[in-house]
Amino acid sequence: MSGKAKDELLHDHNRDGVDRRGFLKCMAWAGTGAFCVIKGGVLNSFSLSRLSEMNPADAKGELSFVQISDSHMGFNKPANSDVAATLQAAVAKINALSIPPEFLLHTGDISHLSRPEEFDTVDQILKSASAKDVFFVPGEHDVLNDDGKQYLDRYGKAAQGNGWYSFEKKGVHFIGLVNVMNLKAGGLGTLGHDQLEWLEKDVKHLKSSTPIVVFAHIPLWAMYPEWGWGTEDSAQALSYLKKFGSVTVLNGHIHQTMQKIEGNVTFHTAASTAFPQPKPGEAPSPGPMKVPAEQLRSLLGITDVNHVRGQHALAVVDSNLG
Amino acid sequence: MRSSVRIASALGVAVAMTSLGAIPGMRRTVVTSAQEKPASTAEVKIDNFSFGPVTLTVSVGTTVTWVNRDDIPHTVVSTDKVFKSKVLDTDEKFSYTFTKPGDYPYFCSIHPKMTGKVVVTN
Repeated sequence: MSGKAKDELLHDHNRDGVDRRGFLKCMAWAGTGAFCVIKGGVLNSFSLSRLSEMNPADAKGELSFVQISDSHMGFNKPANSDVAATLQAAVAKINALSIPPEFLLHTGDISHLSRPEEFDTVDQILKSASAKDVFFVPGEHDVLNDDGKQYLDRYGKAAQGNGWYSFEKKGVHFIGLVNVMNLKAGGLGTLGHDQLEWLEKDVKHLKSSTPIVVFAHIPLWAMYPEWGWGTEDSAQALSYLKKFGSVTVLNGHIHQTMQKIEGNVTFHTAASTAFPQPKPGEAPSPGPMKVPAEQLRSLLGITDVNHVRGQHALAVVDSNLG
Repeated sequence: MRSSVRIASALGVAVAMTSLGAIPGMRRTVVTSAQEKPASTAEVKIDNFSFGPVTLTVSVGTTVTWVNRDDIPHTVVSTDKVFKSKVLDTDEKFSYTFTKPGDYPYFCSIHPKMTGKVVVTN
């Protein structure tokens, strides 16, 4: 903070001398999302915060869209006291894209406490995005207290069961799955019998050359089961997708980017627009990470360009910090 | 005439309420010390995505209070559907009084890896 900054404090809820402008600057990492381009049937994903390094030719494909995640509207703890501002920052980055995305995917934890006003705020902010269509799946924070009734009323009217659905865009088959309902003691995320049965039928008639994009809140791979970062019955879901040449799985929940390639399936997790969480096992718990402002950029440097194509060996691409 | 009667009765009510307000307050203190057993209470702290202590042993009649000290909301849900809290945001509490002996496993329905148990003894 410069000495002058003191005079510029717009509001200082935490009395820590950090003004809104300085906060937004410090939180430059936070307005992150993933810009996804499908080219030749293969999905490539680029962090919104690193688009300046992107080759313009890479932005062109059959279809592009943006994934955002974990807005946690209503969260107001020190890790980020203005989650509305950081979501707005994400929208600003979306609107600055030279090739406007066709639509947005939000992979859950829209709200922090499932309060109507939290959903309202997110809806309001997303209205200013260049892409008008937003496809949601719920996070566990969106279905508190009412088994997801409010979520379904708002976002899932055309969906099946607890909110799962599929749609086609330019030859790509998108599947939104729900793995945050009916969680069992000691367990992980769960899809459940009904949803798995629906999924099997949903993809049965598709040609194996159809590119598939699956999106759900909790990772559909055993990322770090000790912290609940995985889905009990995801293997069965993925078994229905074996025949397809290009399968991309997009998740949120863990508030950091990670990628893994396994056979025909590429897994991505998106960063949160709200606050970072620690890397697996590097903290006593997966709680919100409050990091010194000067470390934020380098720490969240992990949200960088993901050039992911099929046919790679099994690998977790955990990009370098800074 | 009518109106003055009304005033009088209204005044009477006011007086009665005042006296009721004063005396039972004193009486209540007496009743409490004479009849109530010392209420047994225990606390479980929710911190770092875990319940502490993980297993809590209490006697029948104990009221257990869970307090969420995390920056993230949690719930306290009995695996056998005996009790279920609303979502507890930071510093919010949930209490349940155990009236029967037995084992009461529970978990956080938002983060199901978080589990705990209350053992109630006679």
